Amino acid sequence: MVTVLIFAAAPISDLLSYGDKGYADEFIWGAVSTLQISTLSYAFGIALGLLGAIGKLSGGKYTRMLLGGYTTLVRAIPELVLILLLYYAGTDGLNTLLVSIGLGPIKVNGLVAAVFVLGFVQGAYSTEVLRAAIQAVPVGQIEAAKAYGMSNFLQFRRVTLPAMLPYAIPGLANLWLNITKDSALIAVVGYTELASATRIAAGGSKLYLTFYLLAAFMYLAISLVSTQLFGWLERRVRRGQRIVA
Amino acid sequence: MTWDWLPTYFPLLLHGLYLTLVLLVTSLVIGFALAVPIGLAQVTGPWPLKMLAKGFCTFIRGTPLLIQLWLLYYGVGSLFPGIPGIRDSFLWPVLKEGFYYAILAFSLSFAGYEGEVMRGAFLGVPRGELEAARAFGMSPWKVLTRVWFPRAVRQVLPTLAGETISQLKSTPLAYTITVMDLMGATTKIRQGTYLTYEPLLFLALVYVILTFFITRAFNYVEGLVPNKR
Repeated sequence: MVTVLIFAAAPISDLLSYGDKGYADEFIWGAVSTLQISTLSYAFGIALGLLGAIGKLSGGKYTRMLLGGYTTLVRAIPELVLILLLYYAGTDGLNTLLVSIGLGPIKVNGLVAAVFVLGFVQGAYSTEVLRAAIQAVPVGQIEAAKAYGMSNFLQFRRVTLPAMLPYAIPGLANLWLNITKDSALIAVVGYTELASATRIAAGGSKLYLTFYLLAAFMYLAISLVSTQLFGWLERRVRRGQRIVA
Repeated sequence: MTWDWLPTYFPLLLHGLYLTLVLLVTSLVIGFALAVPIGLAQVTGPWPLKMLAKGFCTFIRGTPLLIQLWLLYYGVGSLFPGIPGIRDSFLWPVLKEGFYYAILAFSLSFAGYEGEVMRGAFLGVPRGELEAARAFGMSPWKVLTRVWFPRAVRQVLPTLAGETISQLKSTPLAYTITVMDLMGATTKIRQGTYLTYEPLLFLALVYVILTFFITRAFNYVEGLVPNKR
């Protein structure tokens, strides 16, 4: 192993350089792409989760059955299988629909498909986190808001949302860490992000160990920085809360 | 929807199921065996061991399993052919097979996640019980095997079902390093039949059924263990 690293030492500065010779630009774009996919699908997932949580808590019988099926199935099937299934089925279904209404088939943008697929999976987990957080808000507070004559929206914005955030942030932080890691699965369907950029760089240079270690530490850096940020966010939403010893 | 491929490929899928279950059970057993010392080291180890265990858990939990798997198979695996004479040694059949790398990667991953859970469980055992055990004159080893470890395991039991299902859901990644598990078999069927959805839908159904049985099995085991406080 030592010999390999010494042999690799000579060209490694070249390989990590920017431009045609090195892979630094591919790596940086891979990391940017990973963050982009993660952020967009996280936001999409939370939006789905919020709708799902509200539907589960105050929807009718059929809404709740449908949402129960969604969260149970998505959480029982491996992410990789779901991604393949939704990626092919989603793009194919859209084209079938477009052809049937008289529009030609389109080439689905890779980013849009990736965000849709990851967000759909993430939505199921977000639904459960947000549902639990909303349920943790004392009923009296919501009743008080109603008694003040607040509209549903105002009641949500002024009372439910700020009161549920301390319960939701730890779960949402976990989901963010999961999505940054799950986004690597998109490499399997061929979209370029950090994991697939690493595969290209490792295969092209034959320095497999170096490049996979580099990728691992880039993901680790993303995780550690995120953990710090969420810690700060949690302290912020908990400000003014009584400290339980 | 066409399903006429099912009888033809049934033996392949059955073997895939067998490999998936072997991957799951082996990595759970090895992973848990590693998680106990990793959790213990974080709670009571001397500082170099403590740092090592903590660093290991942070690395495993902070990087995608796919990257860990490729790091071992392509990264570490690429070093072995450079060792002279290794192709003739008895180790070579193990070193060139993706299956063993998958077992190693999944075991280490489970050890990292479960090590953190065990750390919490060891910390969660009431101090008084450990003090009482010491007051009885038990040696540190006996305190661990008679009181600390059994009490900690009792605490992680309810979380173990979820961890097992997570681990099951990680196993299909093995197909990216040529393992013919359920996912690998399904990929082969898709390539052989040119069908896009049917094999994947069937695969999803199999995982749902497996998840159902794992949940049931853990409910049964939890029912057997007395849960008095």
